[in-house]
Amino acid sequence: MSEAKSKQFDSSSLRAYVMIAILALIWLLFHWLTGSTFLTPRNLSNLMTQMSVTGILAVGMLMLIVSGNIDLSVGSVLGLAGGVAAWALVAGYGLPVAMLMAIGICVGVGLFQGTLTAYLNIPAFIVTLGGLLAWRGVVKWLLGGNTIPISDDTFKAMGQSYIGTTAGWVLAAVAVAFVIFMAIRRAQSTKTYGLGEANYTGELLKTVLPVLAIIAFIWVMNSYEDRGVPTPVLMLVVVALLGGFITTSTTFGRYLYAIGGNADAARLSGINNKRNVLAVYAILGAVTGLAALIYSGRVGSATPDAGVLKELDAIAACVIGGASLMGGRGTIFGACLGALIMASLDNGMSLYGVRDFLQDIVKGSILVAAVGLDMFGRKQG
Amino acid sequence: MPLLEMRDIVKEFPGVKALDGVSFTLDAGEFHSLVGENGAGKSTLMKVLSAVYPHGTYEGDILIDGSVRSFRGIRDSESAGVAIIFQELSLVKELTVGENIFLGQEPNRFGVIDWAELYHRASSLLRDLDLDLDPRVQAGSLGIGQQQLVEIAKALSKDARILVLDEPTAALTESEVETLFGILEKLRAKGVGMIYISHKLDEVFRLSDRITVLRDGRTVGTHAAAELSKDRVISAMVGREVGDIYPKPDHQYGDVAMRVSGLTVYDIDVADKKLVDNVSFEVRRGEVLGIAGLMGAGRSETLTAIFGGWQGRCDGQIEVDGIAKRFRSPKEAIAAGLGFVTEDRKRYGLLLDQTIIDNMTLASLKKVSGSFLTDRAKEAKAVSAQISSLRIKTPSAFTVAGTLSGGNQQKVVLGKWLLTEPKVLFLDEPTRGIDVGAKQEIYAEINRLAKQGLAIVLVSSELPELLGLSDRVVVLHEGRMSGEFSRQEATPEKVMAAATGQMI
Repeated sequence: MSEAKSKQFDSSSLRAYVMIAILALIWLLFHWLTGSTFLTPRNLSNLMTQMSVTGILAVGMLMLIVSGNIDLSVGSVLGLAGGVAAWALVAGYGLPVAMLMAIGICVGVGLFQGTLTAYLNIPAFIVTLGGLLAWRGVVKWLLGGNTIPISDDTFKAMGQSYIGTTAGWVLAAVAVAFVIFMAIRRAQSTKTYGLGEANYTGELLKTVLPVLAIIAFIWVMNSYEDRGVPTPVLMLVVVALLGGFITTSTTFGRYLYAIGGNADAARLSGINNKRNVLAVYAILGAVTGLAALIYSGRVGSATPDAGVLKELDAIAACVIGGASLMGGRGTIFGACLGALIMASLDNGMSLYGVRDFLQDIVKGSILVAAVGLDMFGRKQG
Repeated sequence: MPLLEMRDIVKEFPGVKALDGVSFTLDAGEFHSLVGENGAGKSTLMKVLSAVYPHGTYEGDILIDGSVRSFRGIRDSESAGVAIIFQELSLVKELTVGENIFLGQEPNRFGVIDWAELYHRASSLLRDLDLDLDPRVQAGSLGIGQQQLVEIAKALSKDARILVLDEPTAALTESEVETLFGILEKLRAKGVGMIYISHKLDEVFRLSDRITVLRDGRTVGTHAAAELSKDRVISAMVGREVGDIYPKPDHQYGDVAMRVSGLTVYDIDVADKKLVDNVSFEVRRGEVLGIAGLMGAGRSETLTAIFGGWQGRCDGQIEVDGIAKRFRSPKEAIAAGLGFVTEDRKRYGLLLDQTIIDNMTLASLKKVSGSFLTDRAKEAKAVSAQISSLRIKTPSAFTVAGTLSGGNQQKVVLGKWLLTEPKVLFLDEPTRGIDVGAKQEIYAEINRLAKQGLAIVLVSSELPELLGLSDRVVVLHEGRMSGEFSRQEATPEKVMAAATGQMI
């Protein structure tokens, strides 16, 4: 049994390794093309910051896609939340209230669209396509076509600050300890349930790569003028860890895969499909609110066209990361890797001076090619 | 020379021989009925004829007008004059009647449809059938019966000489049936050969020149209808010994585990159409209750409605362990101790892309794993126990369900429900499409569960299986109860007679 289990492990992890390899190739290619400016701490720090908004949206989107739904309105909702926060600040409500209002309105929109989809059976594509237009219209109306600058320093810090080197190393230590703790726990639970002896060495060996990755990441971020991890990136990491936890370790997460995989079977197995789908819409709303705050903080203003096309970036990240739009398949890790690949392409092509229109053509082609290759690979396997 | 001759047709599916040397002939202007139990091979034979299974996927020969034909696809068989009208309507509801009739063969000039010609020809076709229908009307706006007649017009537009009708009256009203039969008489006079598949023996005897009975993929016999009686046809349909593959049940009955009274289930789309009409039964702990009936009798609908999974309207009372219950969702039914191994495991039972663990723990995740957090190791232990007790042949619990054989997939679904520790277990076609060995293992499992005191409600289209396993049999015919038999009383002939509506 253990042999077969490890075989299964390999086949599902193979995809992740291939993606990491492709990412490495892209990085090396750009590093070579740009005369060694791509793989520098400065650029990598920028790259990570650039991917954070898309990455956070992709985490929420992944959960929704896994459940067999889609949300095309996140870009517009992101713009709306940014507008609401800026408006609230100008109106003098104070930062905490402004932030709560931004996140609250996103959750509200999620619940509203989720209700239309799950309970009134209007296709998600239609509901959120309508949302894409309507919420953008609301932002334009709210801002009257103007850009509202954000003067609050704490707000701006959400998108522009860094956590510093010491905090970075503390985080690294905590993360490494956690990874090792989980490995030990896995080994113990194998024994507890009589599935064999606790294999401590095996589980600890599996932690080598993640531990090295954590240390390398913090080291690189700290090397950029001793600034440390950018705050938006820290938020992405937190959101991604939460998302990963929900999808792999909770009953709710398992139900999402079941609903997306076979809605009838899930329903007849006693799962409340509607309520679970509604909950995912709310979760996506919450992370959209957070993404909106980071986005506005980074740009330093709320504009009527904030977040345009962000929904497509988020969906593309999920799909490049192996999610199926039919539902039932996809991982948070894959979605984040997908977001990183997209951001790397953006960043690298800009550095190399690729013209704007060509960048779009390349990104579009790569999206289609990635999914095409994936389908081809699945057929072979 | 017969119009159509099918010689020694053999069609095999993995693990199952669906047709085993069937021969069949049809003359011009003949009305030839094909009867047999569900799964006897009628539909498979017709799919061979119409090249849904193309030449090369079966053995044997198809001759039309005496020459051997090898159809590569439905287009080939259609151009040879074969037309099939399936049970499920295949009209495009959004298109008009005329568009449907000429779908794929629209009269055109350089790809531009000649609408005047199309509707003119459609009108004359409909007139030939004595149908007072405007061909410009949307097909979906017609009643089921009229849609069926439009299908026939469509078949005739292709100059069909061999018309296959698969349960054409299942959804028709009395008067629509009369219209249909009038048309069929006319077609017969024109020399069209017709193959008629039906469970309704009254209809079969009314028009047939000859009747062929199929059983277990073989021809039992072909006779002139005048030489046959309904009783003889029924015994030919079921006539086989109930083999020893069914373990002798030796069940000790306990209290009534579940009682259903006055269950009525309505069609989801057609408001007042009853699919199940006032059905009542009870099942005791340790008892296997069989529900017999032909396709469309309302068996699955009955189980789904009790389980809270019916998405249309349904009425009736349900008691579990003597306590009145009303399940608004499967979730509530599961909480009350019901389990439901659904029919068609790929459509309703399994997450084909996901692992055995994910599938098996789905209905009992909070019990088996954790109420909020999941625990893989805990799940693996529970699932491993099921894998070994059900003897599921798989490399590991992490194998993807879709890669397993049919029998093992079915066992995964069974295991999923056993993990919920049910008091009452519904089994809907639990052995459909699986090999004999796996069938026997499932039979043994059913028996073992009953011995442990589980109340089991079994639906199966295989009569010997149903009779071999059940302590008691309830028969449904067109949504109503048409018989109830104890194990001793339940002979295949009696049950089949009740299922075909011969003794109400």
